[in-house]
Amino acid sequence: MIALGLEGSANKLGIGLISHPSPTSPPIILANLRHTYISPPGAGFLPKDTAAHHRAWVIRLIKRCLQQSSLRPSDIACIAFTKGPGMGAPLTAVAVAARTVALLWDKPLIPVNHCVGHIEMGRAITGAENPVVLYVSGGNTQVIAYSCQRYRIFGEALDIAVGNCLDRFARTLAISNDPAPGYNIEQLAKRGKRLLDLPYTVKGMDASFSGILAAVDALAGRVLAEEESKRLRDEESGELVTVEDLCFSLQETVFAMLVEITERAMAHVGSQQVLIVGGVGCNERLQEMMGLMAKERGGSVYATDERFCIDNGIMIAHAGLLAFESGVKDGLDDSTCTQRFRTDAVHIKWRD
Amino acid sequence: MTLTTAAVTTAHTLPPPFTSPTSPPLDLRVQGAESLLYKTTLLTPSLPCALKYRPPKAYRHATLDRRLTKARLLAEARVLVRCRRDGVTVPGVLGADWETGWIALEWVEGRTVREVLDGVYHVREHRDAQSAEEKEGKEGIEGIEKQLLGLMRKVGVAVGKLHSVGVCHGDLTTSNLMLRPRKKKRTTHPGHDAAEAAEAAEADIAMEALRDAQAQEPEPEQELDGDVVLIDFGLANQTVQDEDKAVDLYVLERAFGSTHPQAEHLFQEVLNAYGENYKAGQTVLRKLDQVRMRGRKKSMLG
Ligand SMILES: Nc1ncnc2c1ncn2[C@@H]1O[C@H](COP(=O)(O)OP(=O)(O)OP(=O)(O)O)[C@@H](O)[C@H]1O
Ligand SMILES: [Mg+2]
Repeated sequence: MIALGLEGSANKLGIGLISHPSPTSPPIILANLRHTYISPPGAGFLPKDTAAHHRAWVIRLIKRCLQQSSLRPSDIACIAFTKGPGMGAPLTAVAVAARTVALLWDKPLIPVNHCVGHIEMGRAITGAENPVVLYVSGGNTQVIAYSCQRYRIFGEALDIAVGNCLDRFARTLAISNDPAPGYNIEQLAKRGKRLLDLPYTVKGMDASFSGILAAVDALAGRVLAEEESKRLRDEESGELVTVEDLCFSLQETVFAMLVEITERAMAHVGSQQVLIVGGVGCNERLQEMMGLMAKERGGSVYATDERFCIDNGIMIAHAGLLAFESGVKDGLDDSTCTQRFRTDAVHIKWRD
Repeated sequence: MTLTTAAVTTAHTLPPPFTSPTSPPLDLRVQGAESLLYKTTLLTPSLPCALKYRPPKAYRHATLDRRLTKARLLAEARVLVRCRRDGVTVPGVLGADWETGWIALEWVEGRTVREVLDGVYHVREHRDAQSAEEKEGKEGIEGIEKQLLGLMRKVGVAVGKLHSVGVCHGDLTTSNLMLRPRKKKRTTHPGHDAAEAAEAAEADIAMEALRDAQAQEPEPEQELDGDVVLIDFGLANQTVQDEDKAVDLYVLERAFGSTHPQAEHLFQEVLNAYGENYKAGQTVLRKLDQVRMRGRKKSMLG
């Protein structure tokens, strides 16, 4: 069976085609296209502009997917779309497109939870069977483990998501949002050396990032001060603290927190596998740190690259098809979107 | 499901004095979240002790790692002593070194609440499978659930007591609550006032531990009938804020719901007992409502 997936919960529009040849063989990716709305340096993406971007590109991307895979609409079994969570206007823009296509081609329409899409795609690509999942993106920070047909949230951000913390710091620094603010912070961090003291806030398996953001923003103000005499200096060496040092310190601190809460969940549920999904999961330093932790526990880390970590249509197609195959029926009548849609609200019918 | 034990691949070298060939044998029991927990003895061969060692974390920047290890070990030692003084049921501190990262605690017999619940629900699933015994099984379950409600009450009372002395745990999960079986022969000291109890507590740790060591293993049925002991205070802080206390309950509630979905309906009893036994509990419970709303209604985007 083949499914078309449409994703547009944030600034990435993703369209994908996936095939599940049989229950035992791995899925085949037939097309996976993405177009990203990039806001100017110093600014975040606004819902209205992002929705306009998605509307402008969605038809083109669907057509290209069909061309690339040499498929006709009659080959497709169902249309899957992101129901939530995400930003209202972009979600709705893509849902309307999905509904239109479903009516046009007379296909069942399957709503998908964005977070479940990430998890299922991560499992399919890496082969991790029952891992503890760290889901980290611009909008979400969750430590998840599966039990009794639900992805249960063990830990999460108590305030802002870790990706949001990184993105907002990129705005403070007014660095480019192309290809992604987090990516550019990662490149700067590679050249940082000094670890500055930042708040480290972990509560059990939960974490808080807004205090760190405020602290690093304040430091940035001093690093970027106009007058050199006012700029922040290293206490020991007397050297000027750099933007690179700030990015380095921010990453080292927030990633240590993420690895720690993940490790706590692993100890608690007795698991040795960890899977990282979501946009922040592309970060190589985070993957490296997680790998070191997992190794000490006698396990290993599973991660995917940019194609699957960053929001994409294929994961929506995949999770939608899993649901469809397990008997989830056409949802045209209530093909609505919701900005808040908890990962643990979904009944995972396709797993024991 | 048990906690990871045998799967530790990296061999950790403990700091002195535990490296001495004459020191008592160390038996690695649990690889916790941040620490390795050994059962050993201290001072005398009959005084069992839980040695908790926080090895350096390779993933963490060395400076940050040292800062955190020291802060947590100190927090744990301070808070445990304080709790002991104020009558909260926790293991006593036998020794610690925050530079090298170890703390020696009184050994607590029994199992974690997490293991107890897993045990109960494992039995339950097993019984459900046997349709012939269904009726009997169900009655048995109701009986167990009644006992479990008692356990929930004890958890609520214990957390309330902790909060009443101005301490937040910071990592309340069922892995960090132990159920210590009651010993029949055990003598208690009723009528102590707080100050007396404080002094007695310090002096008593060793004696109590000795008595524990001599106590026999409990029968499984008796096991739900014990004292709840709070452990793992590395993230604890001393606070007067209702908000912090509410977050403590929120963390426990979610840990409970995600780890023991079959027992989720029992959790309310923890809150009931908390509210009934801790004077300021009602205020904290109201705050908990707010914290919950924040968690659920939190925007998924920033
Ligand atoms: N005093 C004790 N007596 C007996 N068993 C103990 C004792 N303390 C801890 N344990 C056991 O060891 C496990 C791990 O201990 P603990 O929770 O203190 O460490 P941790 O979770 O690694 O700590 P942290 O979260 O501070 O890094 C507990 O879940 C419990 O099973
Ligand atoms: Mg613990």
